[in-house]
Amino acid sequence: MKSLKLIIALLIFVSFISCNNKRTPQVEYMPDMYVSIPYDADDAEGLNGNPVNSKPVGGTIPVGGHPSYDIADTPEGYEKAKIELKNPLASSEENLENGKAMYEIYCISCHGKKGDGNGYLSQAEKFEGIPNYKDRDITAGSVYHVLIHGKNLMGSHSGQLTYNERWQIIHYVEQLRADLLK
Amino acid sequence: MKSVALHSKLIKILLKSLAIILFFGFSFSSQSQDLDETKQKEGRKLFKSLCASCHKLDKKLVGPMLGGIEERRENSWLLAWIKNNAALRASGDRDAIAVYEEYNGSAMSAFPQLSDQQINDILYYTTVGDPVKKVVAGAPVAGGVGTDGGGSPKWILYLLAGAIVVAFLMIAGLLKQVNELKGKAKPEVQSNLKRDLHELWEGLKANTFLQVLATLFVLLMGAYVAFGTIFKVGINEGYSPLQPIAFSHKIHSGENKIECQYCHSSAKHSKHSGIPSVNVCMNCHMNIAEVAEGTVVEWDGITYGKEELDKEIAKVYVAAGWDPENLVYTGDTQPIKWIRLHNLPDFAYFNHSQHVKVGGLECQKCHGPVEEMDEMYQYSPLTMGWCIDCHRETKVDLKGNEYYEKIHKELAEKYDVEQVTIAQLGGLECGKCHY
Repeated sequence: MKSLKLIIALLIFVSFISCNNKRTPQVEYMPDMYVSIPYDADDAEGLNGNPVNSKPVGGTIPVGGHPSYDIADTPEGYEKAKIELKNPLASSEENLENGKAMYEIYCISCHGKKGDGNGYLSQAEKFEGIPNYKDRDITAGSVYHVLIHGKNLMGSHSGQLTYNERWQIIHYVEQLRADLLK
Repeated sequence: MKSVALHSKLIKILLKSLAIILFFGFSFSSQSQDLDETKQKEGRKLFKSLCASCHKLDKKLVGPMLGGIEERRENSWLLAWIKNNAALRASGDRDAIAVYEEYNGSAMSAFPQLSDQQINDILYYTTVGDPVKKVVAGAPVAGGVGTDGGGSPKWILYLLAGAIVVAFLMIAGLLKQVNELKGKAKPEVQSNLKRDLHELWEGLKANTFLQVLATLFVLLMGAYVAFGTIFKVGINEGYSPLQPIAFSHKIHSGENKIECQYCHSSAKHSKHSGIPSVNVCMNCHMNIAEVAEGTVVEWDGITYGKEELDKEIAKVYVAAGWDPENLVYTGDTQPIKWIRLHNLPDFAYFNHSQHVKVGGLECQKCHGPVEEMDEMYQYSPLTMGWCIDCHRETKVDLKGNEYYEKIHKELAEKYDVEQVTIAQLGGLECGKCHY
């Protein structure tokens, strides 16, 4: 009988220290101090059951922000943006530098280092038919329009970039295009 | 009988293989007869660089499916359309206007730079397509035998338990010998396990040294278990929950070399690095509905092949409300319930932009080799000690920060160093992270 007790004790002991299942989180001591009272970003529960990361109310402008882009995603809208929109930022070294940094995160995979449409995904034949900047008649306005709405298979990148970053990228894209046209 | 069965089996196999050889032989020879390879290659190159962003051979994309287009349209009409479709439409060509209307007026780019020869090469490619690849033998089998997810610690523990049992048995043997030497041993009438164990217990009770040893052992083990458990509270190093979609960082950031911040774009401006919304997935997956041939992902101990992974991409379409057949958004969206891994308690403040943008740290410094992970797991312990270690060691780059130049200089003189560490700048003050 004693041996049985001993074996049971050993088994309990082993199972106790071996429960390190990687699929479940560890115990939280005092969960009140772990979980924030305000809503977390991407919270599963959301605000009254609605997702937290929903679109801002139409016509509102964030503090220090810019009015939302209101040119429609149509061929006419594209032509309008191409003619009317101008880059509000100066083509300074600082803007170009950040434009390059952003380009190398968000554009380089497809459009390539030089903007010739020969990025890594294009080379690996995962994303095909990326145009060379020099073959397209693009302006700052048309690039901005495409960044916001996407075009053909390119999706919208407005959510990943701020207003200034978009225009900085455009400065850099125009520089790349000028280099390609040389 | 056996040999007869074997014989008939052999003949069957021979016949089958002969049939296969004949079949493949014919199909290959028929292909090689009329395939103009240079023409096909040239056409393929042009198609991939100019047309593939909107057209596929086997299905509709932004524009119509192009496989076998030569059977459906006149060659002269195709030439005119490709060179300048707007002019063709303006000339009042009914077919051209019909196509334009069918695709809701999304105009195709004009290609005046292409020669007739080049266009014909492209058209040739759309007709013959890619050469059929040979059947790949030994392709990764899906649903293979899973590996044990537990890892090594369990194994070590079993070994330990085994060692303890062996130790007890050895002590029992020793005690028995001691008893025998003392002459107390009764003549062995029958070997009985129960009686042996009873003797062992009696011996244990009588031996003070063993009692002390056993008590010490129990206390030490108890302390080990207790401290081990307590120190694990809230520490989720290695935590790897099963996500609703078999998303592999290895495929995306490792093989396809997509920057971390492409998807986790808020890391540069915000406290959170954020889980990307589905529309970020759709930036690429609008086009990529199938994984490349031979892609494999290790997921929950199972090897996922192409068949399984294509289903995982379909989950993204369900979430985004994307109809992959008609290539439109239905508006019926469903959020993906990703499970959060890294979660600092609310009483500790951490800001991603401070570390990524200002500090210029690589994501891998804290998150580990993410580009090699099929299943994401928490790499660092995320404890206070771990934070502080790094703050003590890391030197601050003071260049280009005029505003604080004077303070930095004074601090460097005070600590008599060339470059101050984060700790010397006040990175260890309680209020920096707890407030």
